This record gives sequence, C-alpha cells and structure tokens, in this order.
Amino acid sequence: MQPTEKLDELAGRCGEWLRGTGPESDIVISSRIRLARNLSDYPFIRRCSEEDRLAIERTVAARLNKLEEWNDVRYINVGGLSEVDRQFLVERQLISRELSETEGARAVAIDPSEQFSVMINEEDHLRLQVMHSGLDLTKAWEQINHLDDLIEGAITYAYHPKYGYLTACPTNVGTGLRVSVMMHLPALVITRQIDKVFRSLQKISVTVRGLYGEGSQFTGDFYQVSNQITLGKSETELVEQVGEVVPVLIDYERRARQFLVDQSEQDLHDDVSRALGILCTAKKISSEETMHYLSKVRMGVNLGLIESVAVKKINELFIHTQPAHLQKLHGRLLGSSDRNVQRANYLQRHLSGDEGGPADLN
Amino acid sequence: MKCQHCEKPATFHITELTDPDGPKVMHLCEEHARGFLSQESPTPVASVASALAKQLKLGQTKEELAELDRKACPVCGITFYEFRNAGRLGCPYDYTHFQKDLEPLLSNIHDSLEHHGKRPQRSAPTADLQAQAIQLRREMDEAVEREDYERASEIRDQLRALEAGKDEASKDEAGSDAADQPSAQSKKASKSSSPSKPSKRPKPPKSSKPSDPPEPPSQAEDA
Repeated sequence: MQPTEKLDELAGRCGEWLRGTGPESDIVISSRIRLARNLSDYPFIRRCSEEDRLAIERTVAARLNKLEEWNDVRYINVGGLSEVDRQFLVERQLISRELSETEGARAVAIDPSEQFSVMINEEDHLRLQVMHSGLDLTKAWEQINHLDDLIEGAITYAYHPKYGYLTACPTNVGTGLRVSVMMHLPALVITRQIDKVFRSLQKISVTVRGLYGEGSQFTGDFYQVSNQITLGKSETELVEQVGEVVPVLIDYERRARQFLVDQSEQDLHDDVSRALGILCTAKKISSEETMHYLSKVRMGVNLGLIESVAVKKINELFIHTQPAHLQKLHGRLLGSSDRNVQRANYLQRHLSGDEGGPADLN
Repeated sequence: MKCQHCEKPATFHITELTDPDGPKVMHLCEEHARGFLSQESPTPVASVASALAKQLKLGQTKEELAELDRKACPVCGITFYEFRNAGRLGCPYDYTHFQKDLEPLLSNIHDSLEHHGKRPQRSAPTADLQAQAIQLRREMDEAVEREDYERASEIRDQLRALEAGKDEASKDEAGSDAADQPSAQSKKASKSSSPSKPSKRPKPPKSSKPSDPPEPPSQAEDA
C-alpha cells in the first residue's frame, strides 16, 4: 500500500463507478456492495479506548500492507485530513459521513480505480466496499468476496457459528452485507408514482434511501435500493433479492418516461432544454439547484432529446459541482456565495462545449 | 424520570434511529409507548430501537425491565440499558452474554436466528477465546497505565500464546465442525444467573479492575 495525504490526483478525474457505461446505465448509476467486519480480539468501536482504536488501525494497516495484490492501493489516514478533504471523500462515496465526522484513529484504503475501498474504524472495525458502474451486482459480489477472503487471510474476524459475522449493530449481523443499487428515477417522480412504488418495495424487505445513504434528503431524483435484512439468507440470495427488484423499477421508470414522451414530447423537450439552458448560462447556482437541473438534463440525454452532452459528463458534473470537489478543483477554500459563482462557471465551461480541464479554473 | 407526555414514570426509553435529523430519544410511560409503537414506522429502514421496544413485551413489569437494563457484559462492561439507548453493542461477547435478550430482537429485525451465509475459511476463535483476548488486552493497557510493566509483559506473552494457539487450532479444525462446539459453552455461560465470566481464563483478574464484571444491581452504569 502507498500512504498518501494528497487527494488532488483524484479531484480531476472520476471513479470507475461514474463512467456511465455499465448495463442499464441510463437508469442505474452504480451497484455497490459492502461487508461489515470486526476483529475478533478487540471491543466494538463504541467500547474502544483511544489506544484500542489506534492499535486496530495500526494492526490492520500493517497486515494489509503485506498483501501483494495491494501494492497500488492508496492508504489515507482520515484523522489527518482537513474537513474539506474528508468531505471530498464522502462526496466520492469512498468514505461514509460517519467515518468523516467521528473522532480518533481512522483510515481508508482505496484502490486507484476507486472500485473498492476499505474503511477502518467506522461503526465496525472494517467496512469493505465495492462499487461498479451500472447494474453489475454479480461481478461486484465476486470482487468483494475475493477481497474479503484476501483480508481474512491476514486478520481474524469476530464470528459466531450461529449468528455469523458479528457486528456492532444487530441490524448488520450474519452476512454483514448491504447491497445498494443507485438509481435515477426522474420520470417516476414527475408522474408522482414514486411513493406507490416504494410502498410496494417495503413489502418485500427492500429499503430505499437518498443519494448519500441513511437519513439524507433525496436529491436529484437519485434513490438507493438496498436489502433490509442480513441474517438468515446467504450472500448470493441477498444479492439476488435486490437484483430481482431493480429490473422491475427500471421497467416502471422506462414506462413513466415513455408516458411523458407520449403525453407531450414537445413539453418534455422544452423542459429538459430549459434545464440545460439554465445550467449553461447561470452566473450563480446552488448545489441543490444544480442537482435538480442536471437530473432533467440526464433524462433528456437518455431519451435522445439532448445530443450535445454525454451521460458520463453529466455523471461527473453531479460529483464535481458538490462543495468539497468544487473547492479542490479551484485550489482553495470558498464560502457558499463564492462556490455558487464558481459552480456556475464550472458548469458553463463543461456544458457549452468549451471544455477546459480542471486546471483552467485557477 | 417522567413520561414526556404525562406525569407517569417513563419506563420505556426509545431511541428512534431513522429520524432524518439524527437519533431522537423518547422517554415514555407504558401507555404512551404502546401508542407510539402501534404507529406505522415512518421509514422502511429497520430500526433497532423500535424492534427492541416491540420485543420488550408491554406486559413486562417495571422491575423486570430495570433488571434487564442493569445486566452488564463481563468483557466490555456495556449494560443492556446503554445498548438499547445507543443501538450499538460493545463487543463480540455481547452476542453470547445477552443471547436470550437479543434473540427476540434479531428475530424481529431479520425474521431469522441462523446465519446461512459465508463462513471464515479458517475456523474462527470461540466466543470465549475472543472474549479472553479482549479482556487480556484491556488488562495489559491498565498495567501499562499504572506502569506495572512486568505484569504488562506477562499479559503480552499470554496474548501471544493465545494467538499462537488460535492459529494452531485453525490449522487443526479448518473445514471441520469443531468450531461449532464452543457455542454450547457460550450458551451455558449466558444462562447463568449473574453476569458470568468467560471460562478458561489464563489467570483470574484482580477484583479491583474495571474489566471485572459489574455486580448487579448496585454497580450498573447509566441505570
């Protein structure tokens, strides 16, 4: 592993999961699987002393460092990062808000393509995560299963023959597995069918959350579909359970989009084009407003109503226009008002065809 | 403490984890708790607190609830009260020590009590061995803190021996069902009337140490 504090190399590019090319990528942004694991010979985080947390972080780092396959993996001491850098990693979904905001020794190991990350000292000692672009759950499971085997060769996990992998929260015990498929469902929102769809999901033990996980407001019409239980079913059964629901949602969303087109293609075309117009010409724009209009433009691109922008570009803009990214790309800290101006500049450059790289911002 | 909605004593302390503004603590009497729990869950996210509160039968007496709240894990010291307020356990041994209290909760959340997924390739150390290592580490930290380096080094050797034994055991037991056997031992431990220590400790810890099991009811923290 390579210890690093410099996140700038990440700022100008986007992780693998945002490339927008996987199966069903017009509607499915990413497929993410995480595993919660704990070391067998330490208390869970809540009862850890500062020394325990440090010892866990050091032990895990030393053992992961010996993995040959991990030579290129970046190791970041999260406690040593500035607030904006921590927020930057949250925006890229490489670490959780909890890991960013908690105190004490904590770290994250990230592979260079950003397909996987391992958080150390989050709610559990280890949180492994794999993220793929589009609907790609089988490969994501294969990858994280391999990653888990590799780490398990170096670390003894807390495990109970009856309850499986032991976790700090009983909602994660057993497999410790959470499958999350991030979906873009703007037409279901516009046609007001989204609540009805979610109510039907509740009945089959699948949950829906906003873009940045638990507790966040839904922004930009992005929804995360996840398994609700972790005990009593095998990992592949849980993956399949979510995998079976997603195509149904894709079908609903496609039908809702077709309904909008059939109802009045001209109105829809007008709506998405105005959204692009605002993003290309605004002089000040907030993060929420950007998400709102980017969501419309993304649907317009996928329906062939807008041809001048690629989906990958829109996916990147969703991340690059968020507060920490904007500040990293700009090279200095910015207040909220300055960020709104810089965000508008950035969007204009990247959507008007005059694509200056991130360096041109300075 | 009084109920948030009336003058009756609050016997239910519920932490709602799914509130968008962060965890919300509620102190309710039996009647108001019944009212709250009969409401539809506001979000589909599984909530430890609501599952837990549903599990604690509304007919349970105040004394029974208080006794359960004071129950503490002999390894990490967490009380059941602290767990049900925070929704997070203190150490792997809690699953053994609070087994009969946690099982209805697990059943509520997952509709199952048995893991059917992946198993570690190497056999995992037993619940008792896991607990032993956590306790020894705690004792070692305490010894270092009071500058008793001789004792600290003794404990370090014990930890190493434990680690070596664990590796040896994994080699012997890999792929066999031997790893399942200790669960019976763990069950036995959790069924005893007072907080029990995991068996097979290398040395009995000194009574003054905080890692000792708190004796209910007087020493229960947070109660």
